Amino acid sequence: MSDFSIKDLSIKDKTAIVGIGQTEFSKKLEGSEVELASEAILNALDDAGIKLSEVDGLASYTQEATSEVVLSRNMGFGDITYFGQVAYGGGGGPGVVGHAAMAVATGQCNVAVAWRSRKRASGGARRPWSKGAGVQEDFAVNYTRPFGVIRPVDEIAMLTQRYMHEYGATREHLCNIAMAVRKHANNNPLAMMRDKKMSRDDYMNARWISRPLCLFDNCLETDGALAAVIVRADRAKDCKNKPAYIHAFAQGFHKQHQVMQNFFCDDPLKGPAWVVARKLYELSDIKAKDIDVAQIYDAFTPLILLSLEGYGFCKRGEAPAFTENGNLEVGGKLPINTSGGGLSEAYVHGFNLITEAVKQLRGTSPNQVKDAENCLVTAGEGVPTGAMILRK
Amino acid sequence: MTDEPTTLLPFIDDVCEPFWSGCREGVLRIQQCPQTKRLIFPPRPGNPWSPRVKPVWTEVKGTGKIWSFVEPHPPLMLDFTERAPYTAIVVELDQDPTIRFAGNLLKDQNGEINDYKYEEIKIGTPVKVMFRKITEEVTLPLWVKT
Repeated sequence: MSDFSIKDLSIKDKTAIVGIGQTEFSKKLEGSEVELASEAILNALDDAGIKLSEVDGLASYTQEATSEVVLSRNMGFGDITYFGQVAYGGGGGPGVVGHAAMAVATGQCNVAVAWRSRKRASGGARRPWSKGAGVQEDFAVNYTRPFGVIRPVDEIAMLTQRYMHEYGATREHLCNIAMAVRKHANNNPLAMMRDKKMSRDDYMNARWISRPLCLFDNCLETDGALAAVIVRADRAKDCKNKPAYIHAFAQGFHKQHQVMQNFFCDDPLKGPAWVVARKLYELSDIKAKDIDVAQIYDAFTPLILLSLEGYGFCKRGEAPAFTENGNLEVGGKLPINTSGGGLSEAYVHGFNLITEAVKQLRGTSPNQVKDAENCLVTAGEGVPTGAMILRK
Repeated sequence: MTDEPTTLLPFIDDVCEPFWSGCREGVLRIQQCPQTKRLIFPPRPGNPWSPRVKPVWTEVKGTGKIWSFVEPHPPLMLDFTERAPYTAIVVELDQDPTIRFAGNLLKDQNGEINDYKYEEIKIGTPVKVMFRKITEEVTLPLWVKT
């Protein structure tokens, strides 16, 4: 019988994000991915008030085309004693920050930088079927692509149609999500969609991408880079800006999960988020009912429905109703994606959700939730994923 | 765009060859755990239900129900762009509803993937498998209403 609780082992509140930085967000930026990464990281270090020479940990997505070594040779870091990457594309994000936090908390490094840089024209951003688009090691695509289920949007659309059938969700509910997040973007000078208002008619008349999903159910196409600086709590107190403490993080995927084409398991609508949530709330003192604001990965609007359920904000099948009455907007029950998310601010595999969470806790968000004490950040549902809870 | 393939064919190796040879023979053949009898799909070298026991191949009855569907619109790739908008379905097998196949719903043996519009497809519709030769190596399992 153990004398300790799992929580005694955890990194709860032992580290904090003390600096955030980014480039501009645009459909096309000048400069290579490593140059954009460099800009974002330097901005994050300035924001933290920490010197480049102090950085000794690097955390990124496996999707990153720029390796730690290449980044280092371009930026001039000294010795690095922690380097690690998290896989599964948009399933990274909180996992990347979480791994960095574990490394910092345990003394493997002292100042970690987590980052994501992406240019659409670089490798990996091409069409799924392009030569050089990357080896698809996931065997299930051999049993989906020959039938015209080709792109991530087709795969998620297939799950969405089933969800609509099982729970009576309609396009109206997806529209609620798209509009709430667009409203937030309209108030954010950094958002790509800041000047583009969206009405219900705009949504309902938008062209199909993979029916039932239309243009506005899909995230933006963005060039951009972002970074976050993580240090231990004792150092965080002395940094330039209010720290965002990493209270808990978790990763997860379920039994018999299939990345993206998650049609082949017992319960396809109960995705990886459920596994993450169980571990997250096991480690966290802050539970779903205590969450003040959430940044939920939104490559596609239906991921919000699945995540609201997975992370315990409502029961299965209740997410459509949850989207109503302005619940997802600032002032509502659970404001989400308060900078405009991937749908309307920028799509850089969820990293802008992380930086926005920090802003909420600093009180500097363009759509500030009054007295926000904590913020949930999730990575993409539908792939092996993760989530974290940040707090003041 | 000149180097882009025009259509997507499965990559067939030793592990999954029995599934594809089954299709060429006109049967739906998938893997099974010999110990627990659980069916396994898509094909793989390992047996998740009894890890030290190699999966075996077994014929399953090619009837099921539409579990879900989508209607992709361009940008797609040449073959599919030409036939867009078309529909794609996922079928759950009657024999084991956790075994599902992506496919297309055709009007009949000579049908096309754009036979049905989005509005005409209903989840729960009973379907049965049919096989269509695409190349010497690849015969695809497709579906028609029963």
